[in-house]
Amino acid sequence: MIDAVGHPSSLLLLGGTSEIGLATAERYLAGGPVRVVLAGRQSPRLADAAARLTRAGATIETVEFDARDAAVHTEAVRKAFAGGDIDIALVAFGVLGDQEKAWQDIDAAVELAEVNYVAAVSVGVALSAEFRRQGHGHLVALSSVAAERARRSNFVYGSTKAGLDAFYTGLTEALRGEGIGVTVVRPGFVHTKMTEGLDAAPLSTTPEAVADVIVSSVKNGREQAWAPAPLRFVMSALRHVPRPIFRRLPL
Amino acid sequence: MSRSQKTLAGWARTAPSRATVLTGDEVVSTDRLAEAIAGAGERGVIARGLGRSYGDTAQNAGGLVLDMTARDRIHAVDAATGLVDLDAGVSLDRLMRVALPFGLWVPVLPGTRQVTIGGAIANDIHGKNHHSNGSFGDHVVSMDLLLASGEVRRVEPEGPESELFWATVGGIGLTGVILRATIRMTPTETAYFVADTERTADLDETIERFSDGSDEAYDYSSAWFDSISTGPKLGRAALGRGSLARLDELPAKLRADPLKFDAPTLATLPDVFPNGLANKLTFSAIGELYYRKTKNKRGQIQNLTAFYHPLDLFGDWNRAYGSKGFLQYQFIVPLDAEAEFRAIVRDIAESGHVSFLNVFKKFGEGNRAPLSFPMPGWNICVDFPIVDGLGEFCRSLDERVLAMGGRLYTAKDSRTDHDTFAAMYPRLDEWRKVRDAADPDGVFASDMSRRLRLTP
Repeated sequence: MIDAVGHPSSLLLLGGTSEIGLATAERYLAGGPVRVVLAGRQSPRLADAAARLTRAGATIETVEFDARDAAVHTEAVRKAFAGGDIDIALVAFGVLGDQEKAWQDIDAAVELAEVNYVAAVSVGVALSAEFRRQGHGHLVALSSVAAERARRSNFVYGSTKAGLDAFYTGLTEALRGEGIGVTVVRPGFVHTKMTEGLDAAPLSTTPEAVADVIVSSVKNGREQAWAPAPLRFVMSALRHVPRPIFRRLPL
Repeated sequence: MSRSQKTLAGWARTAPSRATVLTGDEVVSTDRLAEAIAGAGERGVIARGLGRSYGDTAQNAGGLVLDMTARDRIHAVDAATGLVDLDAGVSLDRLMRVALPFGLWVPVLPGTRQVTIGGAIANDIHGKNHHSNGSFGDHVVSMDLLLASGEVRRVEPEGPESELFWATVGGIGLTGVILRATIRMTPTETAYFVADTERTADLDETIERFSDGSDEAYDYSSAWFDSISTGPKLGRAALGRGSLARLDELPAKLRADPLKFDAPTLATLPDVFPNGLANKLTFSAIGELYYRKTKNKRGQIQNLTAFYHPLDLFGDWNRAYGSKGFLQYQFIVPLDAEAEFRAIVRDIAESGHVSFLNVFKKFGEGNRAPLSFPMPGWNICVDFPIVDGLGEFCRSLDERVLAMGGRLYTAKDSRTDHDTFAAMYPRLDEWRKVRDAADPDGVFASDMSRRLRLTP
């Protein structure tokens, strides 16, 4: 259970090496002990992530999880809950891919769709079932501002996040009466390994800042959040810019 | 509707969770209760009374919750022996109304009468008379406990079943379901108090009043203290101390009906309060008013509401904190930790977390129950509106309370972690052994038992 002051005793990171996920775990660890379950592919990066959080005071469990293999998702989620209740689950995996390749190469496009959308839906269903069984919990899904309006420069990625966004927004409603919270977080450009070498967009942010948004959203039961917060109004305006103008914007 | 899905929270309205709640016939019939427990499933079952515990003791996410309030028969009142035989779902309020005409007084009254017998035992509640009369468990002669196996066992404070008895006292419902109990009541000639009220100027004087031996002259004593003012006013208090009045102490007007249940309520607060209304400005003003209202006066005759339950003037007062709720932080530290205790009170005032309902009391000896809260020491209760940074502040308080050899109260706690709790209750393992023997599969479980890892 998330306690009276908003502190969870357990956290599941799907995408156990996600920089936003790890920063979120560190935020919670600053407020007291947390059992963290890292779900990801066995790799030196996952081991590093475990070591980093252990240093921050976490009790760590790892669960084998490959977003590309939908057949094992249910089993992976079940294992993640085997060690006790999960208070917060963060769906933090995703790939950016090569955007020019992605709209011309079938394999590249399908991989983006499978990881960012199909896997997100698949674990969303599995997590909902576990949360309903335990009678409490909070689900956080990392969407993107790219989900809000397709742009020429990254519309394949944007389309996958749009799918994820719609699914978890709907899930918010479906789980409303069950005492389970869902938060869809839409970060802008985040400086991480995934975006290394790319030109930063305006209002770019950091994993730590996104983590702050996640923590405060869960605490306040917010269902949608932008990181940084002003992007909410920027995106609201951009959604209504006529296409001839929109395509000329330096985005 | 005797079985339904409900979202339950404690009195502080934080950390709600969903459970299947059984009411009515489902809990009145012991056979049905036993069936429900047998079929509880992996999330287990917990009994709930009137929901006055502040935190997560009486909720059970994804599992079963037994709303025991339908089990509310008073089987017998014996005026000669002072024994009352009654069901666990009877409230102290009702018990008091029924028993008063027989000249019997509820031996231990907490800050509200809206608690059940089951809850009073399971939390081993205390009141203003702790220093003279102990906690609720000390007045239980026997109880019937429905075990995980479906067996009903009568347990008593002495003899072969005494371990299970004392594990159930303060055992927050995790040993079994308390069905029925026999309570030894306190004989009284009247339903009024002879009270002395006084103001102290600062924390030194407040502590002095409780240390100078004057407390021993009263059966009931406690103080409201100022935890908002910093500087010289810090810790100033309004003391209310007294004893049950004898008939000859009453004015003629009251002597005609000395055992009348006299506990007026003014109004019930509507659920319309915004978050943030409970702040330093409003609290300072109300605190100042309350402090000034208290006069240095001896030998006043006061009714139950005036002396004991001033908050009961307003039903559902917890709504004043808005939807975010609040947090009660109650701790006790041994008497010899006085210096560090003063430092804590100062740090609370300087923390920026504002608390209005502050209770200060010196406790007497504790009892045999391993998880019972009271012990000889300084007891303080404060309540904070939920704001950012409160968790960190409370964690720092936990560490200091623990370092002084003190502890937190389960009926109030809603946030501490399992390691801290275990360190605060050194007899936890002893309790676990008895509990696990009575319920080896961990059928009894609650959100609190999972948070504090109390059950297998």
